[in-house]
Amino acid sequence: MAVNRTGLAVETAGLVKTFGKTRAVDGLDLAVPAGTVYGLLGPNGAGKTTAVRMLATLLRPDGGEARVFGHDLRTEADKVRTRVSLTGQYASVDEDLTGTENLILLSRLLGYRKPAARERAAQLLAAFGLTEAADRQVKKYSGGMRRRIDIAASILNTPDLLFLDEPTTGLDPRSRNQVWEIIRAVVAQGTTVLLTTQYLDEADQLAGRIAVIDEGRVIAEGTPGQLKSSIGAGTVHLRLRDAAQRPDAERILAKVLDTTVQQEADPVALTARVGGSGAAVDAAAAGSRALAELAGAGIVVDEFSLGQPSLDEVFLALTDKAARNEEKA
Amino acid sequence: MSTATVAPDATAYTPSAESIAAVLAPGTKPRRPGPVSASLTFGWRAMLKIKHVPEQLFDVTMFPIIMTLMFTYLFGGALAGSPREYLQYLLPGIMVTSVVMITMYTGVGLNTDIEKGVFDRFRTLAVWRPAALVGMILGDVLRYVLAAVVIVGVGLALGFRPGGGAMGVLSGIGLLVLFSFAFSWIWTWLGLILRSEKSVMGVSMLVLFPLTFLSNVFVQPLTMPGWLQAFVDVNPITHLVAAVRSVMAGAPDAGAITWVLVASAVCTAVFGTLTMHRYNRK
Repeated sequence: MAVNRTGLAVETAGLVKTFGKTRAVDGLDLAVPAGTVYGLLGPNGAGKTTAVRMLATLLRPDGGEARVFGHDLRTEADKVRTRVSLTGQYASVDEDLTGTENLILLSRLLGYRKPAARERAAQLLAAFGLTEAADRQVKKYSGGMRRRIDIAASILNTPDLLFLDEPTTGLDPRSRNQVWEIIRAVVAQGTTVLLTTQYLDEADQLAGRIAVIDEGRVIAEGTPGQLKSSIGAGTVHLRLRDAAQRPDAERILAKVLDTTVQQEADPVALTARVGGSGAAVDAAAAGSRALAELAGAGIVVDEFSLGQPSLDEVFLALTDKAARNEEKA
Repeated sequence: MSTATVAPDATAYTPSAESIAAVLAPGTKPRRPGPVSASLTFGWRAMLKIKHVPEQLFDVTMFPIIMTLMFTYLFGGALAGSPREYLQYLLPGIMVTSVVMITMYTGVGLNTDIEKGVFDRFRTLAVWRPAALVGMILGDVLRYVLAAVVIVGVGLALGFRPGGGAMGVLSGIGLLVLFSFAFSWIWTWLGLILRSEKSVMGVSMLVLFPLTFLSNVFVQPLTMPGWLQAFVDVNPITHLVAAVRSVMAGAPDAGAITWVLVASAVCTAVFGTLTMHRYNRK
């Protein structure tokens, strides 16, 4: 796969896009290595879609630099277009047309002659398990099938970089697994995939590196493992039998583990982070000490678990931190 | 009925790494299509949409027939002594009115397409930029021709006898379709800048009603008050109707025809450019 000399599929520096007074993307710095799945993780409205739409040449940046395979997004948009493809959140095929017609249409627009276009369409439909639905209008497809025809349409031009904007939002678990398998197969062929998602397990499952985005900026970047360890060695989850004992349990945990304890929405649940970043604390030892203390105080614990923080916790911790820094500033 | 057939194959599918690898195998990428080929491909898309949703042809068949019948019999006796007599004057005008009114669906259609997201796909393709819009309008041109032919057919059945014969009628339709193609670019521009399908429709009506009615379509402007005559004189529809009427009658009005040709060129240049500017930066 041809890449530029830095080996990066996407590089941006200080990328900005404003809509009226809203800064949807506000100084985004990204470096996406070629040949990998890169996850853009963030809540609704974080600027993920706007960023992807700029990189796919659908929106013009208002500021900053952006290169896709070394081509400047602003001055060489046409070159970028020959290398990338986008599967947006909304149907990016024509719902009134059949699966075959959609793929023939796009093949013809890429320059395939009629017989070759027909062949290419049939090949893609077969690869995506849509042969039986080939002559049905896309609006009659199920959600999972529609997503597959969308992705099929996106890889028709054998892109070097594929943007997938929330590819599994609204899909049932089975269809979601199918999309994950497709993404793995695509990246195995050397295609770079830039994936936006609000699902942390999705980023965890697929992405080699993740950028966490909030308010149009990257607030953390790294491998899933790095992001998890950045906020602590582990997390203790507790479920008590009696909600009335929670304040006592919270006090004991805070003392033993020397950390802040969080009350969950569930009235019997508590969460505590063990070993803040840097401090090398034996999480397991601290956990068992805490259990012994709780038992000594007559507090009945129904469930106890100790594990690496989930990406959900990472995300909440990071956005919390970002919010606090802003207050200080 | 579709759910029963959809469910089994949706669940049975297991992605195969090999078949996806085969699809992504780096073959020789074909050469990019030229502007004409790309536009015609988009025109083919418009044809396919008509094939799948034939109801959308109602506005180019039923609507013109109703317009022709309604105005011929409503005004005919009062204005010209008999409907048949009036039809000789009205038909070219009502043909222009109907077709020009239909042009607004170009903007509505574009707005809907953009809303649905399919234009995102087209805009990331490395093809001649205006192709998607040119192709769309080419599809609409077919609709304009169909509407014009339907009206002439109805007119002939009701007793319209054009002095210009078949050639005159065809030239008249040609002029009208050319102007409508140019006029459509106003609607593509509006289709891109307005927020919803409804607002495109609203603005179109606001423009089209005065343009088509305050003209020489229904009556000679002689009896109108001076200020209205002034408007009628500068109204593009008046010039278009004068040109179409003249060639259909077999007495071409060179001035009016030139006006139509120049106006079409200017309209395409100005609104085509505005549309593409908007399309590229949206």
